[in-house]
Amino acid sequence: MTTDHTTQPATDAATGHAAVEFFDVVKRFGTGSNEVRALSGVSLRIEPGEFVAIMGPSGCGKSTLLHLAGGMEDATAGRVYVAGRDVADMSITDRAALRRREVGYVFQRLNLLASLTALENVSLPLELEGVGAKQARARAREALAAVGLDHRLDRYPDDFSGGQQQRIAIARAIVGERSVLLADEPTGSLDTVTSDAVIELLAGLPAQFGTAVVLVTHEPRFASWTDRVVFLRDGRIVDDTAHPVGAGVGGFR
Amino acid sequence: MRAYSVCMAVREGLLALLHEGPRYGYQLKTEFEAATGGVWPLNVGQVYTTLDRLERDGLVEVRGIEGETAPSQKTYAITVDGVAALGEWWEAVPSDDPPPRDELMLKVLMAIERGDDHALRVITHQRTVLLTLLQAKRKERRTTAGETLAARLVTDALVARAEADLRWLDTCEEHLQHRPAPAAVTHSNTSTRKASR
Ligand SMILES: Nc1ncnc2c1ncn2[C@@H]1O[C@H](COP(=O)(O)OP(=O)(O)O)[C@@H](O)[C@H]1O
Ligand SMILES: [Mg+2]
Repeated sequence: MTTDHTTQPATDAATGHAAVEFFDVVKRFGTGSNEVRALSGVSLRIEPGEFVAIMGPSGCGKSTLLHLAGGMEDATAGRVYVAGRDVADMSITDRAALRRREVGYVFQRLNLLASLTALENVSLPLELEGVGAKQARARAREALAAVGLDHRLDRYPDDFSGGQQQRIAIARAIVGERSVLLADEPTGSLDTVTSDAVIELLAGLPAQFGTAVVLVTHEPRFASWTDRVVFLRDGRIVDDTAHPVGAGVGGFR
Repeated sequence: MRAYSVCMAVREGLLALLHEGPRYGYQLKTEFEAATGGVWPLNVGQVYTTLDRLERDGLVEVRGIEGETAPSQKTYAITVDGVAALGEWWEAVPSDDPPPRDELMLKVLMAIERGDDHALRVITHQRTVLLTLLQAKRKERRTTAGETLAARLVTDALVARAEADLRWLDTCEEHLQHRPAPAAVTHSNTSTRKASR
């Protein structure tokens, strides 16, 4: 976490790489007078197995940060490494594979495929990877068990409650030993008690699977479950509970 | 900052327990602590001092003891006046001295006096500290398996209050960032506050 952000990351497998690492990342949308700077020089290292919350007011760049961390969008400047690899150096095919193998997403909006059963929704990413149907389903069952769902798996998403559907989405995001789980306000549509259960579930993943979990949230209640909170304002990191800016020498003296 | 009202609440808390039936002083201590999820330890001395005052005020009486007895052997019971006082307490709205005068607020107001740049740094820092505190509380609770309902509700109360403070800090920050630049007579550092963030 205290790596010198001005240098490139170590690629030596023995030293281990970060789950996600940003080096002075800038992301702009539009040009000229329409230009929006969504991220303005973000450096951030997230370790495997770390549970991190990203907080900040609406429009400060949280979702953009997740999109870049998942290789869904390119940085305008700076470098983004996911699972030790520079996303900008990857071919389109490599990138698609990265998104399927290394990164899982959970969104606010429930986004399961309505025409597939719970089990099929979870096994689909593996089958797209070429894993045989039988094995894919066995692993999907394990992932569903990890989120507390072990029966009625042949039902369709509509047959489940909102909280259960979000569990299925989490199972789909962790199946196949992904190294990073990106969750963008995953409790948005859920009631408080169900939300607590979903966050508690996310909180257990790092220890259980070594997954790095990055949670975007407005709610201190949910952020309190994490190991670390990163605060964004206007596309910049203004503070980080892992390296608080106000502390120590040069703080408030 | 809430020393006075905390003191009052212990009085009323003991009355509430005595409303269930007569009790020994030590019993009141343990029952009070259990009811408050272990976050509100009382020492026995404090319990007896409070009981003495309640007795003096006629809200509590000592039962079934003749002559000189050690405090630990006394049984206390609520009086009719005590029941009335307790009734009023259930009805009253808990309040700190209005207007709110807590330390966080004082800190931010004083920081604004010193300059917007300083205020924004104080706000950022306090927000981080509050969240770090919440994380620590959550860790503590997570390791104590099978927490009681009282303990769970106490954590929820802490979180809710911290949330309110955090929301207030966000509001302060928004106002500071969007208010028109102060007149030139104020501190020179206000004009550079954007650059230093
Ligand atoms: N595809 C896009 N095109 C243009 N502007 C965008 C796009 N995505 C995000 N933005 C802008 O970038 C800024 C950050 O957006 P976002 O990352 O969604 O913020 P958050 O998730 O914190 O609310 C906002 O000003 C937003 O309007
Ligand atoms: Mg967003």
